Amino acid sequence: MKSLKSIAVGVALALGLGGVAAHAAEKLKVGFIYVGPVGDLGWTHQHDQGRKAVEKAFGDKVETTYVESVPEGADAERVMTQMALSGAKLIFATSFGYMDAVQNVAKKFPNVKFEHATGYKTAPNVSTYSARFYEGRMVIGHIAGKMTKTNKIGYIASYPIPEVIRGINAAYLAAKAVNPNVQFKIVWVFTWFDPAKEADAANALIEQGVDVIMQHTDSPAALTIAEKKGIYAFGQASDMKKFGPNARLTSIIDNWAPYYIQEVKAVMDGTWKSHATWDGIKQGMVKIGDFSDKMPADVKASAQKIIDGLKAGTLHPFTGPINKQDGSVWLKPGEVADDATLAGMNFYVEGIEGQIPK
Amino acid sequence: MMDLSAISPAALVAALIAASTPILLAAIGELVVEKSGVLNLGVEGMMITGAIFGFAASVETGSPWLGLVAAMIGSAILALIFGVLTQYFLTNQVATGLALTLFGLGFSALIGQGYTGIKPPPFPRLDIAGLSGIPFFGRALLSHDYIVYLSILLVAAVWYFLKYTRPGLVLRAVGENHDAAHAIGYNVTRIRLMAVAFGGACAGLGGAYLALVQVPQWTEGMTAGAGWIALALVVFASWKPWRVVLGAYIFGGVSILQLNLQAVGVNIPVAYLSMAPYIVTIIVLVIMSGDRTSAPASLGRVFHASS
Repeated sequence: MKSLKSIAVGVALALGLGGVAAHAAEKLKVGFIYVGPVGDLGWTHQHDQGRKAVEKAFGDKVETTYVESVPEGADAERVMTQMALSGAKLIFATSFGYMDAVQNVAKKFPNVKFEHATGYKTAPNVSTYSARFYEGRMVIGHIAGKMTKTNKIGYIASYPIPEVIRGINAAYLAAKAVNPNVQFKIVWVFTWFDPAKEADAANALIEQGVDVIMQHTDSPAALTIAEKKGIYAFGQASDMKKFGPNARLTSIIDNWAPYYIQEVKAVMDGTWKSHATWDGIKQGMVKIGDFSDKMPADVKASAQKIIDGLKAGTLHPFTGPINKQDGSVWLKPGEVADDATLAGMNFYVEGIEGQIPK
Repeated sequence: MMDLSAISPAALVAALIAASTPILLAAIGELVVEKSGVLNLGVEGMMITGAIFGFAASVETGSPWLGLVAAMIGSAILALIFGVLTQYFLTNQVATGLALTLFGLGFSALIGQGYTGIKPPPFPRLDIAGLSGIPFFGRALLSHDYIVYLSILLVAAVWYFLKYTRPGLVLRAVGENHDAAHAIGYNVTRIRLMAVAFGGACAGLGGAYLALVQVPQWTEGMTAGAGWIALALVVFASWKPWRVVLGAYIFGGVSILQLNLQAVGVNIPVAYLSMAPYIVTIIVLVIMSGDRTSAPASLGRVFHASS
């Protein structure tokens, strides 16, 4: 009797769910998986802004779902499998460390399209997309080099992956170009999001005399500390102005919305193809926030000149002559770095002190 | 390049104490909870709830003290939800604790929506005339905000309470053998509820410290695992209050030290440096717990007066 009852319940449930699925057939289900909370006001926040833009653009033709604060690794695989099972046809995986999880789940669901942010492994149903944040790093590196009085610039780095190393190199080269005495102090925190640790790192750097801080982590903690201690910093991923109205010089803003809308449309139209997108300031995927009044007019002008050059394509952050940290030649005079080298960058350029953690 | 003298020991000690305080507060609360025989895995959820309650209340009232009170009350109430569920409805403590963490994270994000990017009122620091000017000790030990001293007093009070007072003995009895404690007439459920509420208040205080002093800002999920470290600390400290202090300071200290070593540019593998806080804390506390102090015997077990 009991088993009969449970079968009946099971059938009813299946019918009920089937009914829902049939009803929602016209809607494209899009899943987003985030490494931090949507309220981090940095990296994840910006991806979620992109998700909201998709909802706004397509109205009731799409249904988006997201899962936040998913650790990189086995959990990510479980979450994406769950999304695919519940009918998502397009899944955006928005952290580098989801790379292998994306590959594994994509193999199991060949009819689901996957988009992996900042990764480099594609597959017939996996695209990668990233922004040329190093272009933004060039701009803030330039500003930092001009603004520092102590010639010491602090850099809070997350994980030693090409994305982060590229940012450090680009910022350093730009700072060095306008300030030959500049020194970078780099602290690796091995987390994307941990406000307390990011704040502690900022304090440790300030203790060592840095007066400008850059970060490649997701929370506004470092900016808050900079504001409190009266030094400069930058907004990261989103504008972050309110966290440090005096400290923030400008910000590198991630603008995913146009890309997300474009990809959702491609899936709807059936034109989606696996690709590797890498857009920058020119395409609007990377934006620079407005300049702080703390910046003198000439710094504003020279920074704007760099932005214009990047937009026009006449300027590349990695233009030779550039040596590697060990003094060997990387780029000959006038030579520009190719994307493949940039994508896998695992070395510091000449002048940066310290070693990249292995 | 490697100039260790660039690290000021006084600044280091000051920073390590500040960094350790949230974990210490949460851990000393959880210690009392576990001593009473209850395992509350919701520390992370209670901390983050305390963080937003403390933050919101200090912003609204302009008083950091009222913020602290709100954080303690808010988290204690949250803890009592756990207490009622596990003690009256006899739900599974592990599952309920985990649910509490999830609830706390979501709930705090909801309340916190209007509080991002706001600056909380500054927290008063101890500043006894002349004392903070003493070389080394002034900066390292005598110029903290009040919560730091409060946390040490709290540990002392918990230690004294558990070791030398009658109610402390009763609480331990409830944790060691709830049936026996019940048989001789103690109200196991009520004692445990009080312990759970105390644990919640302490976790809330720890969370508030994070949002009001350590980072001064509100960000969703800003505890980022501190509650779990506090939980682990209680176990590795063998449920002894002063070892919790030691463990928290070692953990915070090595974390701070490794960040400072990096900032100075010391050439040792950073990956090991980042692991160091966890490893050093575990090793020290495991060696110290060689005296075979074990967990409270009734820890995590369901109690019902009829059994």
